[in-house]
Amino acid sequence: MAKITLDNLAHSYLPNPTSEDDFALKELNHDWEDGAAYALLGSSGCGKSTLLNIISGLLHPSQGRILFDGKDVTHAPTAERNIAQVFQFPVVYDTMTVHDNLAFPLRNRGRDEAYVAERVQEIARMIGMEEMLSRKARGLTADAKQKISLGRGMVRKDVNALLFDEPLTVIDPHMKWELRTQLKKLHHDFGHTMIYVTHDQTEALTFADKVVVMYDGRVVQIGSPEELFERPEHTFVGYFIGSPGMNVIPARIDGNIAYIDGSEIALAGGYAPLDGKVEIGVRPEFARLSQTEGLPVRIRRVEDVGRHKIIRAEFFGHDINILAGEDDHVSADMNRVTFDPAHVNVYADDWRVRTQGEAA
Amino acid sequence: MEKTVNQKAWFLVLPVLLLVAFSAVIPLMTVVNYSVQDTFGNNQFFWAGLEWFSEMLESERMWDALGRQLMFSGIILAIEVPLGIFVALNMPKSGFWSSFCLVMMSLPLLIPWNVVGTIWQIFGRVDIGLLGYTLDALGINYNYTQDTLAAWVTIVVMDVWHWTSLVALLAFAGLKSIPDAYYQAAKIDQASRWKVFRFIELPKMMGVLMIAILLRFMDSFMIYTEPFVVTGGGPGNATTLLSIDLVKMALGQFDLGPAAAFSLMYFLVILLISWVFYTVMTNLEKREG
Repeated sequence: MAKITLDNLAHSYLPNPTSEDDFALKELNHDWEDGAAYALLGSSGCGKSTLLNIISGLLHPSQGRILFDGKDVTHAPTAERNIAQVFQFPVVYDTMTVHDNLAFPLRNRGRDEAYVAERVQEIARMIGMEEMLSRKARGLTADAKQKISLGRGMVRKDVNALLFDEPLTVIDPHMKWELRTQLKKLHHDFGHTMIYVTHDQTEALTFADKVVVMYDGRVVQIGSPEELFERPEHTFVGYFIGSPGMNVIPARIDGNIAYIDGSEIALAGGYAPLDGKVEIGVRPEFARLSQTEGLPVRIRRVEDVGRHKIIRAEFFGHDINILAGEDDHVSADMNRVTFDPAHVNVYADDWRVRTQGEAA
Repeated sequence: MEKTVNQKAWFLVLPVLLLVAFSAVIPLMTVVNYSVQDTFGNNQFFWAGLEWFSEMLESERMWDALGRQLMFSGIILAIEVPLGIFVALNMPKSGFWSSFCLVMMSLPLLIPWNVVGTIWQIFGRVDIGLLGYTLDALGINYNYTQDTLAAWVTIVVMDVWHWTSLVALLAFAGLKSIPDAYYQAAKIDQASRWKVFRFIELPKMMGVLMIAILLRFMDSFMIYTEPFVVTGGGPGNATTLLSIDLVKMALGQFDLGPAAAFSLMYFLVILLISWVFYTVMTNLEKREG
């Protein structure tokens, strides 16, 4: 186990990057705490796989350093880093038995057979594949293959971190849940540092202690699932997390009042004067329909998704979503909406602005 | 659901039936017809039963040709398959040079067989051929018209030159289909280059390699034009492969009966070996699936 430090790290696939746009991964400083479970969340092409490959050493960064427990490994080859990685598509050695697959990394490092056999048994028990050890890996189901790749990573005792690159993409939905639960249990029991790349928010939020949200090559927020939900630091985090995502509406801010087309919305705190593109963000969970209070809104559609209702509405020419409880009554004359002031965030050029007096 | 019965549908099958009849069944039956009859010319045929078959089975000439044929196919497979894999492994994986290599390697495959034969026939000549002349100048006794070994080396090298590309191209296609993640996982597992080949590349190439081996086996087992142009089956009978012998018998000596029996057995041998290949291949696929 190790703490992984990224120091001024950035990467470009171009030989001579000039502008910031050339970087697939923009400058980044971050510590991955020893023994924590992280999820790296972002849409496709946001640089999360690039970051993962830099950590595992499959890619060398164009600038900056990467340290394991304070030791510089920026240019160390993959094998020296003692990293385990599970890929999107299951990688198993088809012609070998499950046992030989699990033993492969140890044998390649010249460990003696008695130790190998003992370790393989241990790992097989952990991933629940003891009965299959003598089977050929060819022809196993995708989830069994993913378990083998995971086991191959964990078979080394000195493994520094387990990396997962969207490992559940090819797994059947009902197995996804089971595998994710098993992963969490393994993390709980053995305390490996885990970094889990995904574009699925449910996966990220259920798996990780800390979620790292990436957007356009940049880390936009690192936080617990609650923090991401309540205080998205970037409008992207607002959109991306939550179902449906946060409502973002252009506004003008004056002190502790937001104005939309001249109508007032109360804010929880006062704001200094803002420049640039100013917006307010409210999650659908904190918007409420009403007959009498609030600002006018036009309901377009009500979608009943089982546990709650999603109301699609038009608000000063902008599309917004409002959540209502399954038993809440929604009628045609409910044409006003109120927002919970404590959960209205203010954004300038997509980044959240703190209220005056809020700790930075 | 009620099935509609329309006997006219048989007409749709007719074209295929005719095509197969004229391209395969009728010619083959003609050969079968010849193989059980004897003729003294004059278009008079007599029933001979299985006489030609038993004669052919006892004929040393056929067994010798079959031995030479198996040796030839064995040698060229033993060279072309590993060499083709080696070439494929060392080819640039992408970019301009990859395309360049692919085009250059396809060239020998596009040359007509008798032209390949002619090229090597001239190339190997001691008086005017670049290869023959050079070897002769270096003091190496090389004369494919008189020396058995030289003749064999020439036709083997010629076949390797002509067909290794096919194996290489197929192997390359197999290699290209391996996802990067496999190589990355191997790096993480600290696998040596040999192990990467043995446990990742070779298993993933197995399917295309089986096809390459099958194609090369069948082609080399039926080879005629190239060795015929270069050595004409000589010196003596040293490079008289099955098909060369067959043509000599059928057209040279006009022994229609024995030649027909011969070709039927030839056909059966190829069919048998191809069947074995096919079975092995489908079993492999089943295990993969």
